[in-house]
Amino acid sequence: MTAIEEVFARCRAEKRAAFIPFIMAGDPGLEATPRLMEALVAGGADIIELGVPFSDPMADGPVNQAAANRALAAGTHLGDILRMVARHRDRLDVPIVLFTYYNPIHAIGLDRFAEQAAASGLDGVLCVDLPPEEAEGEYLGALRERGLDTIFLLAPTSTKDRVRIVDGASTGFVYYVSRTGVTGEQAKLPSALKKAVKRLRKKLSQPLVVGFGVSTRTQVREIGKVADGVVVGSALVRLIEEYGGADDLPQRLEALVRELTGRPAGARAEG
Amino acid sequence: MRSKYAWPDGRGYFGEFGGSFVPETLMAPLDELRKAYTQVMKHRAFKRRLGDLMSSYTGRPTPLYFAERLTEHLGGARIYLKREDLLHTGAHKINNALGQALLAHFMGKERIIAETGAGQHGVATATAAALLGLRCTIYMGTEDMRRQRLNVDRMKLLGAEVVGVDAGSQTLKDAINEALRDWVTNVRTTHYVLGSVLGPDPYPRMVRDFHRVIGDEARVQIKKQTGSASPDLAVACVGGGSNSIGLFTAFLADSRVRLIGVEAGGAGPALGRHAARFEGGRLGVLHGTRTMVLQDQDGQIATTHSVSAGLDYPAIGPEHVLLHELGRVEYYSVNDAEAVAAFHLLAKTEGILPALESSHALAEVVKRAPNMGKKMVILVNLSGRGDKDVESVLAYDAEHAGEAERQAELLIHPAARKWAGPIDEEDSQ
Repeated sequence: MTAIEEVFARCRAEKRAAFIPFIMAGDPGLEATPRLMEALVAGGADIIELGVPFSDPMADGPVNQAAANRALAAGTHLGDILRMVARHRDRLDVPIVLFTYYNPIHAIGLDRFAEQAAASGLDGVLCVDLPPEEAEGEYLGALRERGLDTIFLLAPTSTKDRVRIVDGASTGFVYYVSRTGVTGEQAKLPSALKKAVKRLRKKLSQPLVVGFGVSTRTQVREIGKVADGVVVGSALVRLIEEYGGADDLPQRLEALVRELTGRPAGARAEG
Repeated sequence: MRSKYAWPDGRGYFGEFGGSFVPETLMAPLDELRKAYTQVMKHRAFKRRLGDLMSSYTGRPTPLYFAERLTEHLGGARIYLKREDLLHTGAHKINNALGQALLAHFMGKERIIAETGAGQHGVATATAAALLGLRCTIYMGTEDMRRQRLNVDRMKLLGAEVVGVDAGSQTLKDAINEALRDWVTNVRTTHYVLGSVLGPDPYPRMVRDFHRVIGDEARVQIKKQTGSASPDLAVACVGGGSNSIGLFTAFLADSRVRLIGVEAGGAGPALGRHAARFEGGRLGVLHGTRTMVLQDQDGQIATTHSVSAGLDYPAIGPEHVLLHELGRVEYYSVNDAEAVAAFHLLAKTEGILPALESSHALAEVVKRAPNMGKKMVILVNLSGRGDKDVESVLAYDAEHAGEAERQAELLIHPAARKWAGPIDEEDSQ
């Protein structure tokens, strides 16, 4: 059983959804990222989604675009991110999934990337602009050979055939994009979302995680009732934007994650 | 070459280049687009409608013009201009914009969106939207809005909403990012009229197919007007690469025709100063396609520079990379100074203001024509007209007084055939 599978098995046993926070590596600087990841874990993260900054993030809204720009301005490189993960892996007791665009991986080269990613202790990779059709063969081979989970997206526009293709190519979990659109917060979740998730979940062999536009405790709880996991990104990234220079940023981040997971202060995640 | 060249393959690849690198939300809509496109291309009524509009509305076929004074001035091969600049809206872009807008209409979409660099594709899309009664939003980098102000006003007058994009280098690349974000969000009601042979399949082949009329017409015209079976050399500028693919496609199987694509050499060879992908680029994935991309070691996309907004883009259409690899098309770059000088030269010798994009193709011709025999024929795609560039050219001249002087000397002493740019000895025929 991979570390990610273990998380979902444990969450199922505890009858709750996994909480998966997203932050951008290198925002506000790569030296800050390890402490922020620790804060996510302390607040109740079950899996961490770590963003790789890219100059042209076509699937991201303004909040994550700005985070990528800050990270790039601070000189963040994918190679440095992997080295950072390797150095701090032991102190972070949850799986880490890389959330990235394809070109930074392409630039390193698939084999070299997969080798470095596996050696760093990363658990999985989600490549936003790499659908299963383009991942088949080289990408899936390189990552799986080294024990890395390959996570793919599903969207409200995905057809039946595509659901089957995406499920077949994914390991660890499948990430369902809650709406047609880019990343970012929204006041109201689409009304058909819960129904769509319920229907979809029955068709998948992999756990189903929902993200894009989830930002409040109520939304996390509502989606948690029907999905195996919930991703919150922009709400956390916005906090980092606002308090990037503050000494107590990790405490603030931990408090926000606590609020989103509904864990009381002081209580470490069970298990 | 004749029998073997049949690209892209079923997966949208030209050799190893192309594909569909997009977020899942766009995968099913791209399938739908592929199906609709295949359907309309067999649909008699669609083809008739597009054909009628091309002849009565946009003005096809465009003339092939023998540039006699320019030919005399350069003293070598005979130069023929394919006059896409005479099309409605002033550039080749309307061929594709109208085709895709009709397709969107056929698919039942009520809204079209587009990116634009020089503004010509934006104007063409806004025009097609007005013609067909579709809502229209155009994304344009704020730097491009500044330097192509006339086209911004034209789009607004045509009823389009123009959204300025302030991210990155505030040019074409950033406009495409924003158009893709809009499309991901509104994909059910909206068709994205991508303006070049870029992006995920089916765009590179669809945009090529809508533009191949340029070369198809020129091939017949050359035969009729010059007496030669084929031109010896065909030249076009390459930003994303739509006008050049449109010109080259008809000649790919004819090995007598040397094909040259001209990239923007900008202000110098350093990364960020130009848009010459074959000189400074590496294979990468940008905006849905695997192709040559100007980028840093870490895979971050580089900013680019060109005096011409339409060539100011870090990636090139994937089919060009295959044509380059096969050696069928050669690619060279022309810098800002050479392009502006060619702009002046055509204005003064032929009374035609070319677009700064097309001026790059002309600058290449200025380098080559004098070294070619007088019986040889050069075909140049004059992809657009230069009204939109008047301000940019005046500003460039004001900033580079030295260049303007050299240009003046060139015009005063045509017999000397002095040219600021280097002439590659090996290339003379």
